[in-house]
Amino acid sequence: MFGFGILTCVVFLPLVGAAFISALRGEDEATWTNARWAALVTTIIDFLLSLYVYAKLDPSSSAFQFVEEKHWFGGGLVYKMGVDGMSMPFIVLTTFLMPICVVASWKITTRVKEYMIAFLVLETLMTGVFCALDLVLFYLFFEGGLIPMFLIIGIWGGPRRIYASFKFFLYTALGSLLMLVAIMAMYSFAGTTDISILLKTAFPASMQKWLWLAFFASFAVKIPMWPFHTWLPDAHVEAPTAGSVILAGVLLKMGGYGFLRFSLPMFPDASANFAPLIYALSVIAIVYTSLVALVQEDMKKLVAYSSVAHMGFVTIGLFSLTQQGVQGAIFQMISHGLVSAALFLCVGVVYDRMHTREIAAYGGLVHRMPLYAVAFMIFTLANIGLPGTSGFIGEFLTLIGAFRVNSLVVAFAATGSILSAAYALYLYRRIIFGVLEKPILKSILDLSPREIAVLAPLFLLTIYYGVHPGPILDGTATSVAQLIHANGQMRTAALVAPVKLEGGRE
Amino acid sequence: MIPLNFALAHSLPELVLVIGALALILAGAIRGRASDALITEIAVGVLGLAILILLSGKGTASIFDGAFIDDGFGRFMKVLSYTGSLVALLMAQDFLSREKIDKFEFPVLVLLSTLGMSMLISATGLIALYLGLELMSLSLYVVAAFHRDDARSSEAGLKYFVLGSLSSGMLLYGASLLYGFAGTVSFSGIAASVTGAPSLGVVFGLVFLMAGLAFKISAVPFHMWVPDVYEGAPTPVTAFFASAPKIAAFAITVRVVITAFPGIAAQWQQIVIFISILSMALGSFAAIGQHNIKRLMAYSSIGHVGFALVGLAADNEAGVAGVLFYMGVYLVMLLGTFAAILSMRVGGRAVENIRDLAGLARTDGTMAFFLAMLMFSLAGIPPLAGFFAKFYVFYAAVEAHLYWLAVIGFVTSVIAAFYYLQIVKIIYFDEPAVRFDRPAPVLRAVLAVSGLLVLFLFAYPGPFVTAAAAAAKSLF
Repeated sequence: MFGFGILTCVVFLPLVGAAFISALRGEDEATWTNARWAALVTTIIDFLLSLYVYAKLDPSSSAFQFVEEKHWFGGGLVYKMGVDGMSMPFIVLTTFLMPICVVASWKITTRVKEYMIAFLVLETLMTGVFCALDLVLFYLFFEGGLIPMFLIIGIWGGPRRIYASFKFFLYTALGSLLMLVAIMAMYSFAGTTDISILLKTAFPASMQKWLWLAFFASFAVKIPMWPFHTWLPDAHVEAPTAGSVILAGVLLKMGGYGFLRFSLPMFPDASANFAPLIYALSVIAIVYTSLVALVQEDMKKLVAYSSVAHMGFVTIGLFSLTQQGVQGAIFQMISHGLVSAALFLCVGVVYDRMHTREIAAYGGLVHRMPLYAVAFMIFTLANIGLPGTSGFIGEFLTLIGAFRVNSLVVAFAATGSILSAAYALYLYRRIIFGVLEKPILKSILDLSPREIAVLAPLFLLTIYYGVHPGPILDGTATSVAQLIHANGQMRTAALVAPVKLEGGRE
Repeated sequence: MIPLNFALAHSLPELVLVIGALALILAGAIRGRASDALITEIAVGVLGLAILILLSGKGTASIFDGAFIDDGFGRFMKVLSYTGSLVALLMAQDFLSREKIDKFEFPVLVLLSTLGMSMLISATGLIALYLGLELMSLSLYVVAAFHRDDARSSEAGLKYFVLGSLSSGMLLYGASLLYGFAGTVSFSGIAASVTGAPSLGVVFGLVFLMAGLAFKISAVPFHMWVPDVYEGAPTPVTAFFASAPKIAAFAITVRVVITAFPGIAAQWQQIVIFISILSMALGSFAAIGQHNIKRLMAYSSIGHVGFALVGLAADNEAGVAGVLFYMGVYLVMLLGTFAAILSMRVGGRAVENIRDLAGLARTDGTMAFFLAMLMFSLAGIPPLAGFFAKFYVFYAAVEAHLYWLAVIGFVTSVIAAFYYLQIVKIIYFDEPAVRFDRPAPVLRAVLAVSGLLVLFLFAYPGPFVTAAAAAAKSLF
């Protein structure tokens, strides 16, 4: 089709929309409306396209599908795109959240054109991360996303936006650049940056250790793991609502996806050796950040800390390297993408009305905003991991998977989920329940139709995946099984003949 | 004996420059006007013609009894430095006429200096090297002080002259030591005689030669002149300084170490790694406190030299190709950035403080966008061209197992990213302070072309990468 495949289309379509918006002229209200609609239409078409790919994807095969390959920089660097069962859910999650972000940002009135362009460019870079089958191409998308996100936080963010945007940028860039050195070392060793070939390359165990640590530096910051998480609360608090949604919904998942796509299959020995480190950091993250969340005064910060805690479950699940654990981790990421996005949108709803995120400024909202109270309730429960919501499936599966490997870790992590109930319900009580005594809240309005339209899809999916997790789990099963199988094989291969592929270059 | 016309055929670009420069100086004197835009236009044409001739050249030929060489490496670097001169001349015209210093000598001096660069790039012997270097430098000293009624400009010229002479002296001293111990001035002869454990005299000669060259490429610890000269010289002259002569000096540094000292690679590698790390570190840290954008760019250029030297330190073909690629990308980024700096005029006066860029995104969205992209590219963020430039030089270092050098490079580049981001922050996040005058169309064009190049290099990088790789091959 037109000389390029459907994945290229999905990835670069938002750029077409961005180009169209940048061609709009004038500064008046009409241009802004056009920019909003153009962004919405583009993101919806992109979503439909990605759904089409999802429908066409054969879940029974673990091979990369829809592969396209073109000459790029020469040498080992190729332009190669492709998806499998592990990456597809993330692509759909991204394209699904984007129209929601656009609608949620409908009321933005400063520099609307630039805002929409930044989001569309960001969408291209995010979907690119999950489609790229070349390490350098992956890195390009992975790191390139910093530019629009930096601008989004810095231009449309809150009062401390400059500090937050710089911290976000420099923190993540430093981690990523260490990964780049590792990418170069892999390129130098294997003579190619084609991911499908690298997946079959056995790196010597001594080299794996360093490569793993370099990739860890990048993904641990991105996901983020304790103690590399300090950029996240700042970035979340200062970012505009849609920025937080994208940060929590998609950008954090890139770290998890990175572990899944690179660290686990490519460095199996190092992954096994460092698994205790991951467990320790994850458990600390779950318990510690839950406790921190408990004392937050700022709603967004509380949700941000809860994200760190939830990502702890993801890393535990991934490094348990069991079918349930890894699948649970993927499920948890998707579910968290929906739930945390919804929670940030919920915060955004009241923030738009009262212009404060201070928890103490609210109370008794249920009397004026019943619809909002219901929506917030469901998402809070999903955040806790109540059975019947999508949050439960992910947490449960990761814990089962991890239990087969290390029961002590599970014991601590399970404590964390109790803490998560504590901070989430405590937040809910302070905002929604109680007496509506603050005079300024007496005239607060319930959800507008636009806000209902934003929250409804997330609401439905949270419940749907809670009772029927099949679609995601079936889709990822084969790829995950293949991952675990290959991991086991590579480990024995590396043990038997660590220098077998020494001559692999050229 | 190779016939002379063979030699002339292979030095056609240089001949064009010589004849052009001499004809223009006569024409300028005869026409006798204080300001003469026509001379600049013809000089631009002369440079353009020379570039076209270079692009059509192929093969390798040693000419003038082995003093010069016409090869792919040389042609690549010459195209870059001629382009730097050409664009600098184009951008200078408007600025110089506003400052009322648009004398006809300026384009002539640029042409002569470019001729010097050309000889320098092609030199395959120490004498030819020195000839080219001095012709280039003498013209540069004059243009640095071109605004002779301005104290800063005169100071810049004087500083550059005094320190430049010192470095020439060191270079000459090194060259004479090398001649004494190797018994020849030709690079291939030196390469043949210097192998195994080198004598102390050769190492001394190498160190002094490197010191002289490091001065010209403005690498630490021979960088002291750079911030003052960059800040003091008229802005288009700074753009010229930072582009063409630096590329030429870098070319000869690469050529000398690769072709004359392959036998003692371990010795010069140490030096290159040392100055590379120092340059990267100083370029990153010292720029943070700068408010004058020209001074900031001076430190930035020191840092970039450090990055490019990483590729040279690798001492392999990939590294040299990386250096060539880096120089090309750097030239584009630098000229674009200076086009933006030259556009910073308020009420007819040039301003140089980075604060003056505040809120540029609101007052001039196009310029803001391109300048911001150039800053991200200078910081080395993908998918912009600056990232690939860094990728290739650092890849070469990793290939040569200089892992820690690559790691240091990346850490310093994150630090450097801070001040590039600072500029983006001023442009995009701050409230507008002043509104710039409408810039000359040529500045807009240069900014737009370079902005688009850094933005879209990733979409179609093939020809440029291939050209750099082919040019690097000719050196080995």
